[in-house]
Amino acid sequence: MINYPRWAIAITLIVCAWGIVFAAPNFFDEPPGFLPESQVNLGLDLQGGAHLLLEVEIDDVLKASLESIRSQVRRELRRRQPRIGYKSLKVEGNAVVIRGFKSDDIDVARERLRNIDRDAAISVSGGIFRLEFTEQAIIDRRQRAIEQSIEVVRRRVDETGVSEPTIQQQGEQRIIVQMPGIDDPERIKRLLGKTAKLTFHLVNEQASVADANRGIVPSNSMLLYENDGGQRVPYVVLREVVVSGERLVDAQATFQDGQPIVSFRFDAQGGQIFGRVTSENVGTRLAIVLDNEVVSAPNIQSPILGGSGIITGRFAVQETVDLALVLRAGALPAPLHILEERTVGPGLGADSIAAGKIASIVGFTAVVVFMIASYGLFGVMATVALVFNLALILALLSVLGATLTLPGIAGIVLTIGMAVDANVLILERIKEEARNGRSPIAAVDAGYRRALTTIIDSNLTTLIAALLLFNFGTGPIKGFAVTLSMGIVSSMFTALMLTRLLVVIWLRRKRPSKLPI
Amino acid sequence: MRLLKVVPANTTIDFVGKRKLAFGFSIILILISVGAFLTQGLNFGIDFRGGILMEIETNGPADIGALRRTLGALGLGEVKVQEFGEPTDVLIRVQQQEGDEDAQLKAITVIKEALGDVVTEYRRTEFVGPTVGAELIKAAIWAVTSALGAILVYIWFRFEWQFGVGAVIALSHDVISTIGLFAVTQLEFNLATVAAVLTIAGYSINDTVVIYDRVREELRRYKKMAIPDLLNLATNRTLSRTFLTSVTTLIALAALASLGGPIIRDFSLAMIWGVVIGTYSSIFVAVPTLLLLNLGRDAFSSGDDAEEGKEADDGSAESSAEDPKDGQGG
Repeated sequence: MINYPRWAIAITLIVCAWGIVFAAPNFFDEPPGFLPESQVNLGLDLQGGAHLLLEVEIDDVLKASLESIRSQVRRELRRRQPRIGYKSLKVEGNAVVIRGFKSDDIDVARERLRNIDRDAAISVSGGIFRLEFTEQAIIDRRQRAIEQSIEVVRRRVDETGVSEPTIQQQGEQRIIVQMPGIDDPERIKRLLGKTAKLTFHLVNEQASVADANRGIVPSNSMLLYENDGGQRVPYVVLREVVVSGERLVDAQATFQDGQPIVSFRFDAQGGQIFGRVTSENVGTRLAIVLDNEVVSAPNIQSPILGGSGIITGRFAVQETVDLALVLRAGALPAPLHILEERTVGPGLGADSIAAGKIASIVGFTAVVVFMIASYGLFGVMATVALVFNLALILALLSVLGATLTLPGIAGIVLTIGMAVDANVLILERIKEEARNGRSPIAAVDAGYRRALTTIIDSNLTTLIAALLLFNFGTGPIKGFAVTLSMGIVSSMFTALMLTRLLVVIWLRRKRPSKLPI
Repeated sequence: MRLLKVVPANTTIDFVGKRKLAFGFSIILILISVGAFLTQGLNFGIDFRGGILMEIETNGPADIGALRRTLGALGLGEVKVQEFGEPTDVLIRVQQQEGDEDAQLKAITVIKEALGDVVTEYRRTEFVGPTVGAELIKAAIWAVTSALGAILVYIWFRFEWQFGVGAVIALSHDVISTIGLFAVTQLEFNLATVAAVLTIAGYSINDTVVIYDRVREELRRYKKMAIPDLLNLATNRTLSRTFLTSVTTLIALAALASLGGPIIRDFSLAMIWGVVIGTYSSIFVAVPTLLLLNLGRDAFSSGDDAEEGKEADDGSAESSAEDPKDGQGG
């Protein structure tokens, strides 16, 4: 016992020094140059901020792809000569299904449909023709959709000037947005709630709105509404998209005749198409459609050739600012829903930190007083261990980039209480061995040896629970599990290595005839 | 320096002999817990139930009645308004709105408009939609059951099967009675509470394992001692540690509960209860259960021996403990 191996001493000292050095930056606002830079990340509940959990309606993306395949199939089969007849053409599950072919047509059809979408596998059986997405294609498309969504969300959030937002994927179709310092995320929520799918359609001037309202819409058209101050004004517009928002290169909120409007500019190709269509359709109305709602449908008075235009409507100033922003940032591939919001104001965050600090200090002091009162010199050693224990937890949190949350602070305070356990186990055992008549050195030796299995068993079981908490838990549970597991590991280290070192040094120096406990 | 002695050395308390009393107490506790859970249920927070929670700071002491009237008139269903810590701090809970997530978000906007200038800071706004709530429940149940299962396996592996079963019985006892505490008091049951329950489980198992470890050690050392005596010996020898660790943990938790702010107060209170009940169950549930499960030597049947053990306890157990001849080493 008294021969504590050199390498063990070295490891103990190195780990303790590491803990102090890497915990130290947390006690400065600006860590001085000679210290490491990383500090503990404070969770949003401590520094204040908004947390949003978004879900991407990914199935919409697949549905849209399938719909587009379906309309291409129709075009390929009907428009080109020789026409190929069929009874029905439907989207079923992940496939476009064509029924009622003549069997002679199958080869021609296969040839024509082969190039529609490389990801859609073609199969024929019993006169039924299927274009079906492969598993891999579905996975790829979903992943692409979520990545695009994250990109668009990031652009939109960045445009609002939020500093250092964290935007990341969670699970298969969710996005977490964390915005420190934001205590009223209403505007961002509104911005994220818009898909911002902008399309221009010619109004079908031949169709009757009255018929459309009764459900009779020409097959090349669709019925859309404009929201006019609570009234819903119907329009019958051609399905075909003249040009869409993807071709926009800029959008700005501005004014025309004192009215807030949005001006925009197309890229070269978009400008050309726009010019051609407006030239050919002077006198027709052009519907500006945003997320399946008509914003306005001005009459084309003259060809618009410059590649830029304006969107007018019944806008408030803020609405034009927001609309321009989402148009610049691009459309989401699929609608987003906000599943969860947690926002903490700066006052509460500061209060929580203050309360956590006071609770930690009071808890720490009380435990220390109690330990020293119970174990005297050994209590002092246990206190030293506790200080290093806390330093190690802080250092681990800083280095691993883990986030400290309010439940995390609770985990630390709990650790303060529980960390002394390993020391208590050892000290009680030493006491007992001494009472049984062993010499101090033999008692210390036996105390450590016998307490070891107990410490390992009891800490491992707690650690198992903590790790499972981390694995299955979310939010507050996770934050708590992180500090608790770190606390368990570091308290095992300090009790088995550090306090032991202190005890050995003391034994060597004093060679006591009686243990002071 | 005179050191504080919380627990005297060499106690010879007959814990196992009081097992009938303890089992009776525990059974009543469990019955009350299960009864309260079935009749009153838990007061689920929005984490699990979905809905909206707002903590606001008002300009001047809040007029709870007026706030209640204002928010009640919005037609959002059940709205609870209560003071939270300070007189200017108000907690508002609104039930989950009909419809999808967007309906909830709209409700937040409506509430903010209705509150208007009364509010100087939105300290907290939380909204959990129906989808997430259901998932969180599932995740929480998974976390608890898998933690219990893993602990059972670990102890089974490290000890005899009786220990594994005993530990899990003690553990379930603690978890059930903690949930019972929440059912009886109607304190809010949320994600933080689940963390508390799991920590209680961790603490309780820690406590149990320490005593079990000692039981195993003494089993190897005293081959001839009656099992009830041996269990008492192990419990008494670890009593001082059990007590000290509980006290330090309780000190830390008391600091959290009284000074840690209102958000973690319920969490800390649950933990305090858990430490007390976990300590109790290690001594009075986990250890006597070993007896019921016919631990170790079949020659010692459980049950009736306890009364004799009680009388013999003071003398024989301690004297043999001091006797090195009995010792076989660890």
